[in-house]
Amino acid sequence: MLKLVSKRCKGCGICVNFCPKKVLEVTEVGKCAIIAGKEKDCIQCGQCEMRCPDYAIFVEKDK
Amino acid sequence: MGMEQLVEKYFRPGRLPHIWCPGCGHGIITGAIVKAVDKLGLSKDEVAVISGIGCSSRASGYLDFNTANTLHGRALPIASGLKMANPKLKVIVPSGDGDATAIGGNHLIHAARRNIDLTLVVYNNSIYGMTGGQYSPMTPKGSKATTAPYLTIEPAFNLLDLAKAAGATFVARSTTFHVQNMVDCIAKGIQHKGFSIIECVSACPTNFGRQNRMGAAPKMMEWQRDHAVMVGAWNRMDEETRAKAIADGKFPIGVLYENNDVQEYTEAYDDLIKRAQGGK
Repeated sequence: MLKLVSKRCKGCGICVNFCPKKVLEVTEVGKCAIIAGKEKDCIQCGQCEMRCPDYAIFVEKDK
Repeated sequence: MGMEQLVEKYFRPGRLPHIWCPGCGHGIITGAIVKAVDKLGLSKDEVAVISGIGCSSRASGYLDFNTANTLHGRALPIASGLKMANPKLKVIVPSGDGDATAIGGNHLIHAARRNIDLTLVVYNNSIYGMTGGQYSPMTPKGSKATTAPYLTIEPAFNLLDLAKAAGATFVARSTTFHVQNMVDCIAKGIQHKGFSIIECVSACPTNFGRQNRMGAAPKMMEWQRDHAVMVGAWNRMDEETRAKAIADGKFPIGVLYENNDVQEYTEAYDDLIKRAQGGK
């Protein structure tokens, strides 16, 4: 599961750009969000978490 | 430990979101410092973060170590004093390209010359971001800046060659695209006994990217991906290929130089104390 901290997100789009499965988007209000219906496409690779400059997206690995 | 837990552990509570602009790479570098400290298993009390002035220097305000936000360009002298007073501390100095090479350029060469055990992390975004996009000694020649509307005519410093020539004994470079590599470089720099400099190539979409039509933050990060070459591959290039790579604006990343045979400054100073006290 992806955990998004919208209070910290500035909508720079880095996570959207580097997501290999293209599950993320920047919404109209300028925050990153998971595209509706693509929740299950995330492969938990952590590219978004690694490069988020604002500590606003985290991968919570499924157990 | 995941980044979420690292932020909770090593950042001061209630300070986020930080002041850096959308897409600024400085948050990634600060995160890499925290990951490196965690990787080495250092406690918060063992680490000191001393910064100067500038966007990069805000890092000390977010981190929950022993910290001081000091004068512009003067972080290295204050860090040197701290290290002399307590050589057991791991002293990390986050500094911008302007802070480290222009305002504090003299302090940089002398800290390197003494080989004092500090870890200088240069947040190189190629511009003075906080004051509105004036060019710095690290702005590539031919770039547009607020103070260079007709493009800069000055070549940039080769910072790492400069530091190495001045006497630094650990020299590395990384980018905000290559996060794992950056964490490795910073961790090795902290472990190294002597003056370590890690140039972290960052992006300033607001004041450098926009003036130079480099695109938004993700595009600037792709630029880093496409221009950085791992040091192993760089060293294997024949001269012709390397000359072409340099002409294309490419640069090596990773640990570029390490020398463990030079005495560290606080150790030399301890020897001096013993000699002065007659113990030879």
